[in-house]
Amino acid sequence: MLSPATEAELSEIVAGATGPLRVMGGGTRAIGQAVLGEAVSVAGLRGVALYEPGALTIVARAGTPLAEIEAVLAAEGQRLPFEPMDHRVLLGTTGAPTIGGVVAANVSGPRRIQAGAARDSLIGLRFVDGRGTVIKNGGRVMKNVTGYDLVKLMAGSWGTLGILSEVAFKVLPAPAAAACLVITGLSDARAVAAMAAALGSPFEVNGAAHLPDAGQTLLRIEGFATSVAYRAEQLAKLLAPYGVVKVITDAAQVAALWRDLRDVKAFAGRVGDVWRVSIKPSDAPAMAARIGGEVMFDLGGGLIWALVPVGTDLRAQLGDFKGHATLIRADAATRARIATFQPEAPALAAIAAALRAQFDPRGILNPGLMTS
Amino acid sequence: MDMPSPDTRILSRKSRIVERLAAALPKAAVIHDDAEVRAYECDALTAYRCPPLAVVLPSSTQEVAIALQICHAEGVPVVPRGSGTSLAGGALPTADSVILGVSRMNRVLETDYDNRFIRVQTGRTNLSVTGAVEQDDFFYAPDPSSQLACAIAGNIAMNSGGAHCLKYGVTTNNLLGVTMVTMAGEILEIGGAHMDAGGYDLLGVICGSEGQLGVVTEATLRILPKPEGARPVLMGFDANEVAGACVSDIIKAGVLPVAIEFMDRPCIEATEAFAKAGYPMCEALLIVEVEGSPAEIDEQLALIKQIAQTHNPVALREAQSEDEAKRIWLGRKSAFGAMGQINDYMCLDGTIPVSSLPYVLRRIGEMSKEYGLGVANVFHAGDGNMHPLILFDANKPGDLELCEAFGADILKLCVEVGGCLTGEHGVGIEKRDLMSVQFAPEDLEAQMRVKDVFDPDWLLNPAKVFPLATSQSRRQRDFAA
Ligand SMILES: Cc1cc2nc3c(=O)[nH]c(=O)nc-3n(C[C@H](O)[C@H](O)[C@H](O)COP(=O)(O)OP(=O)(O)OC[C@H]3O[C@@H](n4cnc5c(N)ncnc54)[C@H](O)[C@@H]3O)c2cc1C
Repeated sequence: MLSPATEAELSEIVAGATGPLRVMGGGTRAIGQAVLGEAVSVAGLRGVALYEPGALTIVARAGTPLAEIEAVLAAEGQRLPFEPMDHRVLLGTTGAPTIGGVVAANVSGPRRIQAGAARDSLIGLRFVDGRGTVIKNGGRVMKNVTGYDLVKLMAGSWGTLGILSEVAFKVLPAPAAAACLVITGLSDARAVAAMAAALGSPFEVNGAAHLPDAGQTLLRIEGFATSVAYRAEQLAKLLAPYGVVKVITDAAQVAALWRDLRDVKAFAGRVGDVWRVSIKPSDAPAMAARIGGEVMFDLGGGLIWALVPVGTDLRAQLGDFKGHATLIRADAATRARIATFQPEAPALAAIAAALRAQFDPRGILNPGLMTS
Repeated sequence: MDMPSPDTRILSRKSRIVERLAAALPKAAVIHDDAEVRAYECDALTAYRCPPLAVVLPSSTQEVAIALQICHAEGVPVVPRGSGTSLAGGALPTADSVILGVSRMNRVLETDYDNRFIRVQTGRTNLSVTGAVEQDDFFYAPDPSSQLACAIAGNIAMNSGGAHCLKYGVTTNNLLGVTMVTMAGEILEIGGAHMDAGGYDLLGVICGSEGQLGVVTEATLRILPKPEGARPVLMGFDANEVAGACVSDIIKAGVLPVAIEFMDRPCIEATEAFAKAGYPMCEALLIVEVEGSPAEIDEQLALIKQIAQTHNPVALREAQSEDEAKRIWLGRKSAFGAMGQINDYMCLDGTIPVSSLPYVLRRIGEMSKEYGLGVANVFHAGDGNMHPLILFDANKPGDLELCEAFGADILKLCVEVGGCLTGEHGVGIEKRDLMSVQFAPEDLEAQMRVKDVFDPDWLLNPAKVFPLATSQSRRQRDFAA
């Protein structure tokens, strides 16, 4: 495995590569087809380069462990807004997730519904393209429209357009208090309606999930203590028509609950493949019925996690729908047979291929990861 | 600011090009009369003007596609246009270009409160998007000061921001999907009502691409429930440094105001004379606004005022009524108008790390003396997006050039301290030739490669964003008509 210690070394490695490269951060998000190629780990590019709590900005090298970033932020009472999922729980992987991996996979969590995805907090980055050229885009300030936004293009490109060397984020204050409202026994349709009512209220709900098997619909609020108490009360009133609303206010309990939701712990260690289906929230009940297996709703219904029998081609089963399905966990044979990412409309697939040809003309960066 | 000289081969084919457009589109959609096209000769960067070859005002995505196919086949550059309020010259035509304006496409196509989105044609103005949903207590968050006039089309192209983006983000954070027509006339659907479009984040790169990748005709926008209420507090300080430190302390304390606006003495004096908002005369003034229920607002403002007290404010005034809140905002909102009353001005838009605020303001003050031109500063302090207004006299020979040189120096300063050339107005022609201050050649090359993918012939808004010398070989690729 190649382990450059600096961006310059990374650039030399790519420039001098004679065959495909498998780009690695912490190696905890082994999603998609196994890439054949020499492993390049960015774990050696490590450390927080700049952190200004008063400006809500942090810049770190791509190989910095996520845990290190979170600890640095927590010490100042701040956090990453988008609540990145820890894939180790669901995938059974080991190792330390890196901040570069979070960006490459655009990893977010339940708070995505209010605070946006990783790409929404990302304000700048540096990367090495397929030629070995070092490129920067964005910067360290949160308002920046200077030139094209390649920051967004790189987020979620899974190392296929370039290898990230440094990333910069806008961060937010961590809240003083949190509460979770729980309603039991709702049908999928009623649950989605209840979540829509809550998300359409001014009470700043930043988590909305529904667990059909546990029979629970969960809503989270965060903020100053008096504010959380007030909003919990208002929401309970608003949601009274849907059933009895229980309010959990113990901070540790609320945090543990949403961490498990974020990490899809309910499907961890269970037999079956796991899919992530992104749709319009109100389509969720009908989609869940079409999926048939065990499901969990996040993002108010906009995201369905599905546990289906091993080898199921869920996409083929669902037929045409508005949104996309991603295969997150399956054995090697299934992953070799079923495309990980939703195939795109031909015109968009052509643009994606042309972009890859521009940024990685030799096709050496994680070849096939996003296309097969 | 130079523009490339028009392609005489295109100018000589004007009648044929206009005939083809007129034959394929409704009669009222094509404007080519010399007097009528003059209405499209500039945007809000009025120092630069040039009437286009012709103007096309389609009524549907289909018509946009037809117009683009013809222009593509004829090798004619196309400049997309929304409402023409760009301050960067983004919608400035060249004599050999066709203006493609979406102003007639202003319908709401779908409103969905359960899924919290609205789908509109992009000619719709920013304010009227909120207008379509506010009776049901929803709003569209990005709120540029030009929101009465500017169109969603331009907002997407420039990734526009507003006073409330500290909390709600800018256009790109509130955009879910677009319908876009490529220069070749192909209609693309990207994203939609579901979150997270699959594949590469094309939506992210289209937003802020200044009309160079395609013509956006429809947009799916996130709408949000209106907060229960909002209230501003006004505070005055006797030094810029102190106001800057106060902003930083508020943010560090864990409060996230929806807006933190900053005005310096020259700006306070001008707006006070013009709008009589009752501002205290001091070196620096902050307007901090928070949202929530009355009790939530009380709690946040109490904390903010407590922090402000530690910085010895010369004034500290919380709005006690709706009326007082309006008066606090009145001065800020009329700042540009006030400056316009006393002078011609150029509005800059660089962003700096908030920590550099005192240094940058001091340097701007020094440069102002060196150049002999006044500057007033008004800006979004929470996110470091500055709007220095340089005052000059358009009738005085040489003053515009002097002002531009001063502006360039301020923007270079922004980059030097770790910031950028433009926080929300875009590059256009205005900052085009300064791009190499912020970016290395390979950074610009990477961006231009994206344009190569969407518009290989460089026909869409070609002379913008990239330094002319840098984009020259791409723009001058010989195009067989
Ligand atoms: C008084 C004043 C205050 C302002 N305040 C703010 C502010 O607070 N925040 C802020 O961000 N901006 C502000 N602006 C700048 C300006 O209003 C914004 O840039 C706005 O988004 C431009 O919208 P428009 O519809 O007028 O676009 P135009 O000026 O018509 O065009 C702007 C750019 O968009 C491209 N474009 C237009 N339509 C399309 C389309 N359909 N497809 C693709 N590209 C297209 C054009 O080619 C051009 O490059 C202000 C301007 C003024 C005059």
